Amino acid sequence: MTDAVQTTVWVEREALIDRIPRWAAMLGLFLAFVLIWDLVTRAGWVSPIILPTPRETLDDLIFVGQNLLSGDYMLAALWTTTRTAAYAFLISAAIGFSLGVLVGETKFGERAVLPYLVAIDTMPKIAFAPLFIAWLGFGIESKVALAAFIATFPIVVATAAGLSASSENERMLFRTMGAGRMQTLFQLKLPNGLPYIFTGLKIATVGVMAGVITGEFLGGGKGMGALIRQSASQMNTPRVFALILYLSLLGLGLYFLVAWAQRRLVFWNRSGLTGPGAG
Amino acid sequence: MVQPLRDHGAAPARAGRPVYEIAGLSKTYARNQLVALEGVELTLRQGEFVSVVGSSGCGKSTLLKIMAGLIPPTTGRVVLEGQPVLGPRADIGMMFQQATLLPWKTTLENVVLPIGIRQGRAAAAAARARAKALLDLVGLKDFADVYPGELSGGMAQRASICRMLVTEPAVLLLDEPFSALDELTRDFMNMELQRICAETRATAFLVTHSLAEAVILSDRILVMRARPGRVIEEVVIDLPRPRTLEMINTAEFGRYVGHIRDLLGQEAAQ
Ligand SMILES: Nc1ncnc2c1ncn2[C@@H]1O[C@H](COP(=O)(O)OP(=O)(O)O)[C@@H](O)[C@H]1O
Ligand SMILES: [Mg+2]
Repeated sequence: MTDAVQTTVWVEREALIDRIPRWAAMLGLFLAFVLIWDLVTRAGWVSPIILPTPRETLDDLIFVGQNLLSGDYMLAALWTTTRTAAYAFLISAAIGFSLGVLVGETKFGERAVLPYLVAIDTMPKIAFAPLFIAWLGFGIESKVALAAFIATFPIVVATAAGLSASSENERMLFRTMGAGRMQTLFQLKLPNGLPYIFTGLKIATVGVMAGVITGEFLGGGKGMGALIRQSASQMNTPRVFALILYLSLLGLGLYFLVAWAQRRLVFWNRSGLTGPGAG
Repeated sequence: MVQPLRDHGAAPARAGRPVYEIAGLSKTYARNQLVALEGVELTLRQGEFVSVVGSSGCGKSTLLKIMAGLIPPTTGRVVLEGQPVLGPRADIGMMFQQATLLPWKTTLENVVLPIGIRQGRAAAAAARARAKALLDLVGLKDFADVYPGELSGGMAQRASICRMLVTEPAVLLLDEPFSALDELTRDFMNMELQRICAETRATAFLVTHSLAEAVILSDRILVMRARPGRVIEEVVIDLPRPRTLEMINTAEFGRYVGHIRDLLGQEAAQ
């Protein structure tokens, strides 16, 4: 009984590569990427017009950054693109949510509206760009319309799915309490559907950015897309890279804005559903 | 502490006025022409605790859903407090196997939810004091402002008891309310339920598949059999109140359980 007990030591072994801390792993990967990039361009394997050196790209990043900070024409372009994306996102959220409720809440929506939505959704929506430009001109309206058109469908689908996410027990509870249709919708189905709806909104941010830039490529205007196309036609590849990087910050910003709103609103379901490829 | 086995006279509950009356009730599900219930007669009296036991699929939940006004009967009279049951009603309280608390509302907000749904925000706010008293009754006073994610299974079910009681229903319908809990918690909750029913003088109708649970709680037990679902015998439990967990070890308790088991066993043997 009083014999000394030897502790059973049990060490879990992790592979060496998994023991690298996150920051070091990410930094290492980045440096490796830049190193290979540098080697490829330095050795002259690819033309500098096709792929600029990391150095040139960095110089242009700084140049574009300075231009943005000084409030010059690039800031104006970024602002135009931001406004376009924001309008498109708000419009797609409003229309997507409304259609989602129609499809998810009414038999009419499910039977009559949904088939048409699915049919439209399977079309290559980018192909509608020339139509929107013809209808709405070369201002931001045509870009807003294209981007909203692309981004609406994931919100419809997510909202409809979210509305059917409540359990049989929850529905029965609301029925025993004598809840009407609107009460059940607003006090049970919508709160339960919020994680799904936010997933749809996150997917929509990606669609909005794709739509806005495509619109600006094809329909001109004063946004970042026009700048990129201009730089590309001048074979100014470093500038194209720099502009794309700043543009991607806009997309990230929109995405994290939605993620932030989700954290605030869906406080009871932190670990639950997350968006495409991110938390 | 051992209670005397025989109280003075019959259980007082059986003297109460009729609260819930069911006559000639049958239910055939149209979808598959399945006769779920046939010829069910039942009267619940004020303050009475009645249970229904039976093998799974014999129509217990169907009976309870009809009593709750969730589904219509095919034939028969279903009358609560003199009024035919034509849909969910405020004077019917219901509890399911799952607590089903809304995770975005605090415990207290969940408890006043039925008031909010039926009478609006102002009434729900006014009912908070009563809800707090109920939470106190089930020992959840300190958890009123906590979200359900932080409650254990037993605590969540106690909160759902409060939600059921807050509208002061004339009858409580309980569909296997504690069967998702572990056995110790379940025993404890059964004693709590008895105490709450005594304190609120509630009329209760419990569906369970635990014979011990039915015997320890009930004044009467309806034994059901399947295909078609019907009541084959009514067993009056003449044990004194309040019931205690120690009674489970008495010979009389064992005889009740044995008798009901025999009734159900005949079916299993068929
Ligand atoms: N909505 C329904 N449609 C058709 N059959 C049903 C439905 N609900 C239950 N049943 C059938 O009715 C019978 C009784 O079911 P139920 O009342 O749930 O039994 P219990 O609660 O005693 O297990 C079962 O055979 C079941 O399959
Ligand atoms: Mg059942």
